[in-house]
Amino acid sequence: MKSQTKEIRASIHRVRIFGRVYEREQVTAAVVLMAPVLFAVFMLFILPVVQVVVYSFTNMTTSQRGTFVGIENYKYILSDSKFFQSIRNTVLFAVLKLVFDTGLALAIALMLDSNIPLRKFLRSTYFAPVVVPVVASSLIWIWFFDPDVGPLNMILEALGLQPLLWLNGKGTALISILIFSVWKGIGYNVMLFLTGLQNIPDSYIEASKVDGASWWQSLVKIKLPLLRPITNFIVMIGIINTFKVFAEIDVMTPTGGPGYSTAMIVTYIYNQAFGRGKMGRACASSIILFLIIFVLTQIQSRMNASKTVDYE
Amino acid sequence: MKTKKKYNIPVFIILMLGAVAMVFPFVWMILSSFKTTTDIYTYPPKWLPSTFNWKNYKAVFDMIPFGRYYINSIYTSLMQTFIQIALSIFGAYAIVFLDFPGRRFLVNLIRSTMFVPMVVTLIPMYLIMNGLQDTYAGIILPQVFSAFTIFLITSFFDSIPKDLCDSAKLDGCGYFRIMFNVVIPNAKSAISTASMFAFLGHWKSYTWPLIITNKEKYRTLPIGMKYLVAESSKEYQVMMAAAVMAILPVLVLFVIFEKQLVKSITLTGMKS
Repeated sequence: MKSQTKEIRASIHRVRIFGRVYEREQVTAAVVLMAPVLFAVFMLFILPVVQVVVYSFTNMTTSQRGTFVGIENYKYILSDSKFFQSIRNTVLFAVLKLVFDTGLALAIALMLDSNIPLRKFLRSTYFAPVVVPVVASSLIWIWFFDPDVGPLNMILEALGLQPLLWLNGKGTALISILIFSVWKGIGYNVMLFLTGLQNIPDSYIEASKVDGASWWQSLVKIKLPLLRPITNFIVMIGIINTFKVFAEIDVMTPTGGPGYSTAMIVTYIYNQAFGRGKMGRACASSIILFLIIFVLTQIQSRMNASKTVDYE
Repeated sequence: MKTKKKYNIPVFIILMLGAVAMVFPFVWMILSSFKTTTDIYTYPPKWLPSTFNWKNYKAVFDMIPFGRYYINSIYTSLMQTFIQIALSIFGAYAIVFLDFPGRRFLVNLIRSTMFVPMVVTLIPMYLIMNGLQDTYAGIILPQVFSAFTIFLITSFFDSIPKDLCDSAKLDGCGYFRIMFNVVIPNAKSAISTASMFAFLGHWKSYTWPLIITNKEKYRTLPIGMKYLVAESSKEYQVMMAAAVMAILPVLVLFVIFEKQLVKSITLTGMKS
């Protein structure tokens, strides 16, 4: 065995790169394996990211390459009331969705974590809408929201309440999509929280009980701090996902909704680019969308970096 | 000593009510896909269809080339999944098992792509792919890379004991042989989970196929269903039949692979 190892050692070719010694065979293998990955990263991220920045300073349209126009596009969108409305809609949608997606999901996960029958079955039902294609479930909810023959208004009428216009109403359209979106996505976060809760050793909770902690105290002082990394992840992904929301919006309210009330930033980008052919403007709006997401996720991770605890 | 506690019944009842709300849309969808137009427009609403017939399912195929959409979706989703998984295995293997210059930098580069959602680069991507409009390659290629999948597989590979590879190396295996003969077989179930995950994502993919396809021939299922909404003009029973057919393969996969799916979701959550 020993001599064999020696033999192999002797046959290994070494190379020195940037002052460190590597095994040549490994480097070759890595280059071959990483080349397609790097090519994909270059073509699908680096190149388009550079281009989106460059194009945002041109008056490019679908039919012509365009010329450099400085910050004209940014000036245009930042004075376009439709753009601000789309930002307002997106922020409103994102805030409400994040509140429900974390708060409600945590509540459901806490309940699922308690001693109940049929836990596995219940868990699956909350998770089921997550895996269903969003367009397919949108079709169901378009009907649910129908003001004339939709089940939701029938339920409201049966309860003696005023029927709503749902997707057709200026004040209710965004809320309707929010309801759909929470129904659709909450199971994902429930699952994450639940796993987090189940990873908390029983001994921690038992110990806190011995010390006379109430249910609420053990939640706030032990469970929530230990769930912090998961909460961070959920909020981070939530920010990215809600700011890029498009599919359900486009299927349920194809024209941006009544009075442009459901138009998101992505809707604005899409309309500029493919409705009006203004590629330069669409790129400038994409940059602003990216900056918003970037700043928010940075703030979020800075705020939380110092607060993570570990009781091990 | 653990004492057997009593079930928490009030919590159970709340959760059951919630579960009904979660499942109700699907039950409604399935029942309604068999209803007739009159069933839908009667008041008070009917829960059960008056007769069970497959007319609505046939109507879907009459209204739109649903079969074509279906095949397009299956083909593009499978191809995307295959390429994506291959790329991810290559990348993950190099990251976990190989020592090479720039490894850290590459990991960070791949991670940074997670913060650039595709909507941001949509326009340049559309222009890059301009020549491939209305082709399968145009649909497939921009959607074959996912940092998530790479890190998911990386975390699976991390749990493979390094000794296994070392002993294969002593036997004279090269690094590619080790990947194909040792690492991949040892991560088979994990890779199939990741594939499932990727497939489900591609099956519902919307924005990119919407942009890159104009001709009906190349539309995928989600895009076709978007147009069905306008086409069927409030014939909800037909829309439900289409939804049932679009959801069916996903539900089958979900029932079979639920445990693995849940595991990998939580894994990605924990790792990040």
